[in-house]
Amino acid sequence: MQAVTSFRGKAVALPVSDIDTDQIIPARFLKTIEKLGLGENLFNDWRYLPDGSRNPDFVLNRPAAAGASVLLAGDNFGCGSSREHAPWALIGYGFRAVISTSFADIFRNNSLKNGLLPVIVDQATLTELQEAAQSEAGLEVTIDLASQELELPTGRRVRFPIDGFSRQCLLEGGDQLSYIQQRMGSILAYERSASSELDTRLVSRASA
Amino acid sequence: MGRDRSGRSAIALRRCDTLGVVNTPRTLYDKVWDSHVVSHDEGAPPVLYIDLHLVHEVTSPQAFQGLRDRGIGVRRPDRTMATMDHSIPTRDQTLPILDPIAAKQVEQLRINCREFDIPLADVGDESQGIVHVIGPELGLTRPGITVVCGDSHTSTHGAFGALAFGIGTTEVEHVLATQCLLQHRSKTCEVRFHGRPRQGIVAKDLILALIAEIGIGGGTGFVFEYTGAAIRSLSMEGRMTVCNMSIEGGARAGMVAPDDGTYQYLAGRPASPRGAAWEEALEQWRALPSDDGAAYDRTVTIDAAELEPMITWGTNPGMGVGLNQPVPEPNGNASVRKALDYMQLEAGRPLAGQPVDVVFVGSCTNSRISDLRAAAELMKGRKVNPRVRMLVVPGSEKVRSQAESEGLAEVFRQAGADWREAGCSMCIAMNGDQLSSGQYCVSTSNRNFEGRQGKGGRTFLASPLTAAASAIEGAVADPRRYL
Repeated sequence: MQAVTSFRGKAVALPVSDIDTDQIIPARFLKTIEKLGLGENLFNDWRYLPDGSRNPDFVLNRPAAAGASVLLAGDNFGCGSSREHAPWALIGYGFRAVISTSFADIFRNNSLKNGLLPVIVDQATLTELQEAAQSEAGLEVTIDLASQELELPTGRRVRFPIDGFSRQCLLEGGDQLSYIQQRMGSILAYERSASSELDTRLVSRASA
Repeated sequence: MGRDRSGRSAIALRRCDTLGVVNTPRTLYDKVWDSHVVSHDEGAPPVLYIDLHLVHEVTSPQAFQGLRDRGIGVRRPDRTMATMDHSIPTRDQTLPILDPIAAKQVEQLRINCREFDIPLADVGDESQGIVHVIGPELGLTRPGITVVCGDSHTSTHGAFGALAFGIGTTEVEHVLATQCLLQHRSKTCEVRFHGRPRQGIVAKDLILALIAEIGIGGGTGFVFEYTGAAIRSLSMEGRMTVCNMSIEGGARAGMVAPDDGTYQYLAGRPASPRGAAWEEALEQWRALPSDDGAAYDRTVTIDAAELEPMITWGTNPGMGVGLNQPVPEPNGNASVRKALDYMQLEAGRPLAGQPVDVVFVGSCTNSRISDLRAAAELMKGRKVNPRVRMLVVPGSEKVRSQAESEGLAEVFRQAGADWREAGCSMCIAMNGDQLSSGQYCVSTSNRNFEGRQGKGGRTFLASPLTAAASAIEGAVADPRRYL
């Protein structure tokens, strides 16, 4: 994965609470065996009308939203399923960060592993940003992962929390799987000490 | 959002044994967590060992490709079990899959399982079914183990006192490669259901009541432990229904301490321990329940005796009420307004009597034999209302054959319902089983998000009893008048 450090990007507001993963990417698009290509169907059922044309009322279809890379969403963003297709779709569309007051656990984990930043701010800051984005097309914010700071258009800087290990991996472009693999000695020692005869192969023999 | 009523202090509960060593009473979660930490370095999350990894066709292909790209294999195929459930048709599964993209995904799982030597419960095998139905059925799920799957409803397996949670595809790759995950410890929340539920009030009503109480983000960051008399009196299948929907309250996992009912369920299952190993396992399992005085970070209490049949009216599982209670007014709440607009419902009136077009009995929440027995008992000798299309989809091939041999399938067919083969079906609408835009459906599944059961479809989540009664009446109905 490419390292993530600091970037400046256009923000768009989708001020809806509890946006679930079925809205981010409906299940019928999960039949793909690839990670790429999901951006086209991001927010599919809000973004397109039943005849397949773009819904002109949906924020991402407004000309001013072109090129947006920061999504300002409502509370509890990404609730629902574990589908990693949700961050893949957001990234595929061009988003690099989502700003909200809270994120669902699995979505947040999945995002961090793909370089999509879940930025948590307080309600007042989120409201300020959403209102600014709605009144001023092309509003830009700066997100600096190293200092864990979000710079608002007013110049105000807001610190946001992020898991330290994930942050380090993102800054260095590091790979979490390699980190686990480097602990193989401990894993082997654990397996020797923990007794369990669980064996999935018994099942296929039983039903063969 | 949620309430902290515990008021207990972990420090006050510490006690000293005779040697003066401080023994902090531990919860079920603490015990399972502590026994699975492989290593923990400063500045990084602990490395957690995973005992059982369940795999399905939708969230695994990119993970297997990741292994190929790295040139590595699956470390513990003997701890990995795959099945197909989401994308497969439920009408005659002996026929080829018509949707070429779904067919390719299903075939890819076969290729991956062959290449990486992973046991696969394929379509047509007697062990095939919804991943969260077959794990317990096969005896793979058991107390005290860690279970993961690329599927948020992995929380189901917590009914056995396992720590079970959903993961993303990158993490699926981590577990395939190492049998471990990087994972932060969760906070614990005791969810205590006291009192005895009245007749007609079942596991689904308990969990819908909890989520209506705490909201869908109420459990974020927590693992639930369900306790209390109403949980103890549930069958294992009822406990699975409750744990299944833990994620709908935002919790990664939900757990129930194992008891004799758990051990009876597991005895003699295909992968269950036998002989001396069974006795040894029992001894370990009996030490798992939370110690007296163990402290939870939070406690939520619900009086099960006060509950009535629950149903959702909105577009997330937290938007639920008793089916005779009025649908709430928006009162300036944008989410409620938006949900009512989508659902085309009037606030202030109960859902009882609301006409429905489709009834779906199935999904990893409510597709087990006891769910089908409950629905069939209510429907025996009755007919599905002519305005309703009813779909009954067993959770596994084993449930299907058992339901057929018990005559349940015949009850459904005689009533005019469509009896299908095992799979996720209309819960997630990936396989062609779906609602048309604008249709109302009483569904025993777990999510009522916009479009979840088909674009434009409108879902009311409820128990199998409420679903069956609603199928008969052609409208949302209180099942208690049939009991």
